[in-house]
Amino acid sequence: MCPAHGPVILTERMTKLYGDITAVDNLNLEVVEGEVFGFLGPNGAGKTTTCRILTTLTKPSSGRAFVSGFDVVTEPVKAKRGIGVVTQYQNLDGELTAYENLKLHGMLYGMEGKERKGRIAKLLQYVELEDRSSSRVSTFSGGMKRRLMIARALLHQPKVLFLDEPTVGLDAQTRRNIWALIRKINQEGATVFLTTHYIEEAEMLCDRVGIIDQGILIALDDPEQLLKVAGNIVVETLSDDGPRAKFFQNRDEASEFAASSNEDVIVRKSNLEDVFIQLTGRRVAD
Amino acid sequence: MGAYAVFWREMIILKRRLFRILASYAVSPLLFLIAFGWGMGRNLQVEGVDYLTFMIPGLIALSSMSQTFSIAMDINISRFYWMTFEEFQTAPISSVSVVLGEVFSGMVRGTLASFVILFLAFCFGVKLGVNGMLLFSVLLNTFMFGSAAVITSMVVKSHADQASFNGFFIVPMSFLCGTFFPLSRLPDWAYFMAQVLPLTHASSCIRAAALGINIPLISLMIMIIYSALFFLVAIACVKRASI
Repeated sequence: MCPAHGPVILTERMTKLYGDITAVDNLNLEVVEGEVFGFLGPNGAGKTTTCRILTTLTKPSSGRAFVSGFDVVTEPVKAKRGIGVVTQYQNLDGELTAYENLKLHGMLYGMEGKERKGRIAKLLQYVELEDRSSSRVSTFSGGMKRRLMIARALLHQPKVLFLDEPTVGLDAQTRRNIWALIRKINQEGATVFLTTHYIEEAEMLCDRVGIIDQGILIALDDPEQLLKVAGNIVVETLSDDGPRAKFFQNRDEASEFAASSNEDVIVRKSNLEDVFIQLTGRRVAD
Repeated sequence: MGAYAVFWREMIILKRRLFRILASYAVSPLLFLIAFGWGMGRNLQVEGVDYLTFMIPGLIALSSMSQTFSIAMDINISRFYWMTFEEFQTAPISSVSVVLGEVFSGMVRGTLASFVILFLAFCFGVKLGVNGMLLFSVLLNTFMFGSAAVITSMVVKSHADQASFNGFFIVPMSFLCGTFFPLSRLPDWAYFMAQVLPLTHASSCIRAAALGINIPLISLMIMIIYSALFFLVAIACVKRASI
């Protein structure tokens, strides 16, 4: 993290309305260079809308948003240069080959022939697709498509990589591969902004997590700090009206409580789901 | 560069489907030639020429319009089904580049479709003047409808709406714009209405060029005005559809 460079992403009272619905409500956010920032929240919380505004696909209704110092509304072309986008749905060109998809991307970003060729070869290797370079993308599996989308987003060496639900719909093994890839990308210097509704994804990858619900940012900190505030240990009591959770700062208090209970209890480490439930009274998956 | 990238993508797709596309460009003109040319119009004289000679320039106008305009459906599908249009929208290129790339790809299709008809005409033994003015009129027509296609694909929100737009505007124009019969046969009110439609002027320019007579300058001017207008609106629409 290097605050001297100023935030890579900055939003000021950013709001997006769709008719009567407030998708994003007065969001103030700063993402600094080099971090992996995660936006955690249930479906429909406003994560994708935030991503779409920051990647210049939608205009905010009010407020402002900057990416690498450029206003996404008034200087979109400059802002776009520093952005790599991986949307949650697959948007590769199925009729083109993997190589052609990357070539198109390079051309759109004004990369010259030689530089472009070199980067494409490097990135295909990076995401382990070099032997499928001339296959049509429509023949790829979900995980391969996701990897190619990440390679495409990295081709022009963006400052910030946006990943909207990067592992949604992928199997456990592929998910782990994508996680390793994201970590590697971050270690090599790119700032990563990702949205997710998977608790473990946010915990595993993110330096800081913003929890968003119904368009409102309700908590923002590093995952450990968020867990500490909620209570590190949970004792879940299984009663007839569903599980009830009680939070403790340490093991001793928790086991004391568990021992004194007459009902069946589960003692476990808390996770970001617990934080979310404490803040909203609902589960992330609801 | 941005415009070329967009154009390059469309050309790869076109190249991959080239034979299929060329064959499809031949089907409906061939049917029109058989039905109206051979079937009904063999001994017909219209405006001093035989009916086939009259109709083929109309077919060129019609086919170059509809094949160019078919990019609207492709853009629509890439926006709402494949989502691939977002790749253009998140790229650091201007709306002008996106419009130019798409319009040029439409022009290639429309011009290819025109050549297919010229080839068919040759097979039917019809001699037409293939000259610079004919090519210019066709290119202008395809530029005009390419821009119009970009506008509709940006305004329309679904494939179904795109299809009904074709049904309401493109299909009626195909028949009412001097393509199959001279407009002088229409009652006055219909004649004036037809004058508002851009294809009317395209078919009169294309026909004049093909028959080697003077191009109606007013029609040419109207086409240029429509082209400029559609192009500018297309840029605004692409801008509005993203940022």
